[in-house]
Amino acid sequence: MSSPAQKETRQTVAEIGEKYKYGFVTDIEMERAPKGLNEDTVRYISAKKGEPDWMLEWRLSAFRRWLSMKEPKWARVHYPAIDYQDAYYYAAPKNTPKKQSLDEVDPKLLETYNKLGIPLNEQMALAGVAVDAVFDSVSVATTFKEKLNEAGVIFCPISEAIRDYPDLVRKYLGTVVPVTDNFFATLNSAVFSDGTFVYVPKGVRCPMELSTYFRINASETGQFERTLIVADEGSYVSYLEGCTAPKRDENQLHAAVVELVALDHAEIKYSTVQNWYPGDEEGRGGIYNFVTKRGDCRGDHSKISWTQVETGSAITWKYPSCILRGDHSVGEFYSIAIANNYQQADTGTKMIHLGANTRSRIISKGISAGKAQNTYRGLVSVYGKAKGARNYTQCDSLLIGGQCGAHTVPYIESRNPTARIEHEATTSKIAEDQLFYCLQRGIPQDEAVSLIVNGFCKEVLQQLPMEFAVEAQKLVGISLEGSVG
Amino acid sequence: MLEIRNLHVAVEGKDILKGLSLSILPGQVHAIMGPNGSGKSTLSYVLAGRAGYDITEGSILFNGEDLAAMPPEERAAKGVFLAMQYPVEIPGVTTMTFLKTALNAQRRQRGEPDLDAVGVLKLVRAKARTLNISEEMLRRALNVGFSGGEKKRMEILQMALFEPRLAILDETDSGLDIDALRLVAEGVNALRSPQRAMLVITHYQRLLDYIVPDRIHVLARGRIVAEGGKELALELEAKGYEHIVGRAA
Repeated sequence: MSSPAQKETRQTVAEIGEKYKYGFVTDIEMERAPKGLNEDTVRYISAKKGEPDWMLEWRLSAFRRWLSMKEPKWARVHYPAIDYQDAYYYAAPKNTPKKQSLDEVDPKLLETYNKLGIPLNEQMALAGVAVDAVFDSVSVATTFKEKLNEAGVIFCPISEAIRDYPDLVRKYLGTVVPVTDNFFATLNSAVFSDGTFVYVPKGVRCPMELSTYFRINASETGQFERTLIVADEGSYVSYLEGCTAPKRDENQLHAAVVELVALDHAEIKYSTVQNWYPGDEEGRGGIYNFVTKRGDCRGDHSKISWTQVETGSAITWKYPSCILRGDHSVGEFYSIAIANNYQQADTGTKMIHLGANTRSRIISKGISAGKAQNTYRGLVSVYGKAKGARNYTQCDSLLIGGQCGAHTVPYIESRNPTARIEHEATTSKIAEDQLFYCLQRGIPQDEAVSLIVNGFCKEVLQQLPMEFAVEAQKLVGISLEGSVG
Repeated sequence: MLEIRNLHVAVEGKDILKGLSLSILPGQVHAIMGPNGSGKSTLSYVLAGRAGYDITEGSILFNGEDLAAMPPEERAAKGVFLAMQYPVEIPGVTTMTFLKTALNAQRRQRGEPDLDAVGVLKLVRAKARTLNISEEMLRRALNVGFSGGEKKRMEILQMALFEPRLAILDETDSGLDIDALRLVAEGVNALRSPQRAMLVITHYQRLLDYIVPDRIHVLARGRIVAEGGKELALELEAKGYEHIVGRAA
């Protein structure tokens, strides 16, 4: 059985004739902060959000810190210098007073969602997914609130959470990714526009998959999303994040921060399908994606699992990580990173083993085509008290054509002699005989590449919730269309 | 059905086939025999449309159409099937998924509707049973960890599933023990039909004990040097290639 929502997703994906399917711009009036970045910009954003003083102070402290920081240069990515004063840091669609129902939402917005195949109406009910849809920086509509309310789950825009649940937000915000963490995270802390807050109370299993769709729409507007997910003792939540962005010539900066906190016996599953505009075939345009994602397994027997499918962006700089603080806590990282044409991806994970008997598992599948460069960068670190810690890492790279590159940069540190760390890595090419075999059986080239690559990625795709798995499989194929000459 | 005229084929600039002509009618089984390096596999690849096999002269007509002008997947959809000497492994893609993808890709090119998973499963199960292919094998990644015999049986299963007009079997006997050979040959014989032509490529006469051809062609140095009925295979077996090839030279 397939729900209308799934059908719509499939249809949307099927309709993609061109190289990039989300290359359209919705014509909606935008309200912007003045160009550039200074304390006034930070105050403007905070005021627009109607934030309490403590939040403004938090932002300002981040901004002051940021002024003294330097952009990191250690990743294997190359791009022209970013002029941080030549960008807008806040854009909101006009007419933003809270909507009570979808009828009140600007029809153009709904049209955009429809083009993206995001069903915000009863189709979502059939798919059983709650959507907190972020259009640019401001959340416009939130569905399924009631059902979540019943379970006591808080799922709302973070700007709303700052006003309505200040104690919860203050208790956890910045405790996983500190304000001073890194250049991009600090920038985000100063100017984040909106994002998502999730709190799952003790012992509650969240009754549905939570999903948020982000989408950049304003030209030259950086996106600074902030996500905070807290799973209280013995709770469980699965969160899906999907990204698409319209076609643009200018490079767009994206610096999100995601913080996850899992207390005793809690589990968080965080899945991402990232499909930001990758730039054209000559490497022009495309999103710069500098993301800080980190999960803190704060409680004993807690578990955090990251699954990502990265097909978009001109530059991807992203290392979803786990701090395994609680004894017996578990961290997982499943990743597919596809880089085609001139895309550059430098992505991986950090597994920090602090507690005893902590376990981590890393499965990374990197696919490079065209002139792309794809780097896996990972750290497995076992601290002195992490007796009995275990890690298994598997990094596989697949090359399509002879002009791309795959690089694996694993760091392994162990300060406890009882730790067991395994690392396996392979690099392979799509063989001409595999392609010919598929062609001979009637499978056209692009479909054959998609089939072979999906096979290569299978272990990771299996980790995705059903709703995403279908779309992700198609995306894998689409992002490699025409990659074999 | 298949009409090859004066075919010249070069691989990386080197002439491999040098004026090969061959005509096969529907319902016929022809065998190509020849020593190593005579161009047998080149012939099978050029018929299937593998990249890198350049036709420098001559023509291939398939049911009156110019086969050489078609991309390989179109040839497959029109009924050209090549059972390969070395079936490739595709990790992570279950055999069942591969069969469904291929079957529907061919149907789509012919303007036929896709078969759903249940329809494909029924079809595959029925054909798999006669070839002694287990459910468990269908769930494994295509050809990954298969024995030589299992790989060849999987090729014959695909042949049965796609019901080609022209089936080319490239050294299907290589690497098979006698029991596996018999099983594969039975599978092939079951597919003989008045509408279907077969081209069996082999080095040894052994396979032709089981798949009895209507006509045998001996290929050497890129040309057909001898032709005859099934008794030609026995002569080859008794006297060796050198005898016949030398006679023709």
